Amino acid sequence: MSRALKGSGRHLPFTAAIPQGTDLPVLLPAAARAAGRAAAERGFGFILPQLKLQHGIFLVVVFILAAGVAEAQNAATHPSIVATLLKWTPVLFGGFLFNLLISVLAMAFGTAAGVFLGLAQISLLASVRGTARFITHFFRNAPWLVLLFFCMLLLPFQVRILGVTIPLPDWIKATFGLALPVMANVSEIVRGAIQSIPTGQWESAGSLAFTRRQTIWMIILPQCVKRMLPPWMNLYAILAMDTVLASIVGVSEVMTLTGDILAAENNRPELILPFYSYILIWFFLYCYPIARWTVRLERKFAVNM
Amino acid sequence: MTPQQGPPIVSIRDVHKSFGNFEVLKGVSMDVSKGEVVCIIGPSGSGKSTLLRCINALVAVDKGTIRVADYEVHNLKKDKELLALRREVSMVFQQYNLFPHKTALQNVMMAPIHVLRENKTEVETRARALLKKVRLENKADSYPGELSGGQQQRVAIARALAMRPEIMLFDEVTAALDPETVKEVLVTIRELAEDGMTCILVTHEMGFAREVGDHMYFTDHGVIVEHAPPDEFFANPREARTREFLSQIL
Amino acid sequence: MTEKPLRSLDRERAACAEALGGCRLQAFWKWFAWLHDRTGINLTIFYDPFDRHRFAEGFLTTVELAATCIVFSLLIGVIGAWLQGSKLKVPRLIVYWYIQFFRNTPPLVQLYFFYFGVGALIKGSAVGGVAAPLVSNFAWAVLSLSFYAGAFNVEIFRSGIEAVPRATIEAASALGYTRIRAYIHVVLPLAFRICLPGLNNNLVNLVKATSLAYAISVPEMLWVSSQIWSDEVNVPEMMITLLICYVALVGVLVFVMHRWEKAMRVPGFGAAAGLRS
Repeated sequence: MSRALKGSGRHLPFTAAIPQGTDLPVLLPAAARAAGRAAAERGFGFILPQLKLQHGIFLVVVFILAAGVAEAQNAATHPSIVATLLKWTPVLFGGFLFNLLISVLAMAFGTAAGVFLGLAQISLLASVRGTARFITHFFRNAPWLVLLFFCMLLLPFQVRILGVTIPLPDWIKATFGLALPVMANVSEIVRGAIQSIPTGQWESAGSLAFTRRQTIWMIILPQCVKRMLPPWMNLYAILAMDTVLASIVGVSEVMTLTGDILAAENNRPELILPFYSYILIWFFLYCYPIARWTVRLERKFAVNM
Repeated sequence: MTPQQGPPIVSIRDVHKSFGNFEVLKGVSMDVSKGEVVCIIGPSGSGKSTLLRCINALVAVDKGTIRVADYEVHNLKKDKELLALRREVSMVFQQYNLFPHKTALQNVMMAPIHVLRENKTEVETRARALLKKVRLENKADSYPGELSGGQQQRVAIARALAMRPEIMLFDEVTAALDPETVKEVLVTIRELAEDGMTCILVTHEMGFAREVGDHMYFTDHGVIVEHAPPDEFFANPREARTREFLSQIL
Repeated sequence: MTEKPLRSLDRERAACAEALGGCRLQAFWKWFAWLHDRTGINLTIFYDPFDRHRFAEGFLTTVELAATCIVFSLLIGVIGAWLQGSKLKVPRLIVYWYIQFFRNTPPLVQLYFFYFGVGALIKGSAVGGVAAPLVSNFAWAVLSLSFYAGAFNVEIFRSGIEAVPRATIEAASALGYTRIRAYIHVVLPLAFRICLPGLNNNLVNLVKATSLAYAISVPEMLWVSSQIWSDEVNVPEMMITLLICYVALVGVLVFVMHRWEKAMRVPGFGAAAGLRS
């Protein structure tokens, strides 16, 4: 079966070669798997986490141990560790929800922008393609923390749109800062998914006289949604965990709150580990169902495809 | 099956095409009359599929002219013109290439609705009639993943027919099928040919070619080595290369 | 008789050349001062010697941090992969939980865990009444980030080693290779070629993660830049410079790794790009 190569079809996009990790035929099956995963990770720009129930149990064990040790170190006059934790739980939970809010918003903005950037990467105009590619690689190669600083410091503290002054509080700027790498990663996910659709689909759509735009929106993208879902959800799990970066730039989220609470409790060293593992358990409880759902989706789509 | 008299509906003159450094077509010329069934055979890499793709402008030629009905294919650049050409010429592929996220009926209906902008109810009636013609009316709501290879290929043929083309191109459409299902697809193509459709087939099915074809073309290394009506072609091949090829496959 | 004057002439020439070179460099720096006066673009890291020195130090610290972490993480990866293949259960379990912990928690939290958590346990000896830390924060950053990247490396190396089919190892031992020799001469070269793409990915992430060391006041590029921009109030210029530097750093690494990948490719087995018609 002939393959349309770059430049041969006026209206066919670039063919995606599924990257080969090695050319040695004897190593092909396992190597193809490893290469496929590496390519997937390279495409998605991050290493995919693998949350399992054991990790949750492990965290709970660490937590219990830490709390137990801390309790042992606890002076008789102080209330028990568990009581302290429970006392501060409402505040911490509020902070945690704030983190989740930031993650959801950053994901929403980043995804919307990323889809268009990804489509721009397969544009027929070289200038659009080049610009999109540059933006994607630029924001993927920059550390998340630096981008956060960038947005925190350079975005104005209020903005005027149509005569209305909208204040931009810190957390909105942090959200924007987190949305930028999400945009770049989503762009790569989209591009990878589009290029993994076999050229036959483009050819048959073309021979049925569909325009390029119709082909992309009606035929290619619907098929891509399934493929993009697992890495997109993985990206969200990573983003949710990385909202703690906002604590460095001064946003009042769960990590800064924990620091404040520890200070309020007179910086007792035995409280450090229990509090932080408590927070980690919450993050785990949030990210674990996402991870399981992702694995289930991956399996389901692998069978159907 | 009976070619009409008059100017050829497809006229290819001295077409060259290279992919990078590799020259696939090295000066191919061909004429196809309206209602004629043309079969192109040849070894792998001889340029058959590329030639078909040049006819409906999926691949741009480097040199030479291609005239299809009223279109100068080698000159077509704008989207609109290409789309107009592709309404006249429909193609069926070796790998069927059905859209996996739509049912069989939706696959057949999609292009007329979105490209030709025809009325939805009319299109649906016509689509069901086409599915009936390829004997798949009870599979209208099945997804391609639920159909066998032969059934998918017949849906692909119905989908191509929905555009009401003048010319149908078939690119080794039975090569990916197992022998039992090959027959059902060939029967469908034969019926099309008997209805007067101009067909250009790239195929390995020699028996079918001999029975249904009006003219045979043999390509090798990017050139047309020999062409003749099937009786003459199979009984008395002129070129040595043709004889060699036929002896290998028959 | 002509020697003495020639030598002094040479010395003069050398002195002139140095002054001229220095002059050229000075002229280069001065251009940025002119730029600031003209357009307000304040790139003190070029024309102000103190800031220039600071930023250069910061950049070098980042490079040093990245390089050290890369080396250590590779080492940890090799050792971990080897331990994972052990027949005893304990080393395997240790490596397994090590990987799970470092893969599924944010690296920032890991950094805090090491610096604040473990660091509080290790108290330095009091010298003159002031407790000097045994482990500097640069060292904690190296430790934390190396373990972070090492966890991924273990998996990458393991999958590379497992990709080498048993038959090849059997063939090697049939030819008389000892286990270690077979490992070094047959398994590792093949495994390495498979690992390379995943390794590239991981190392790039590691270089980006060095910016997290800011949180524990390691004077790397981001930290130094934050000092500079709070002193000179030139945030936009510094941010853009910072972004460009990081992107360039990562770009260089990616380029080097790609060249390495290409150089390691075994010729003769090209991907089947058959142009069949």
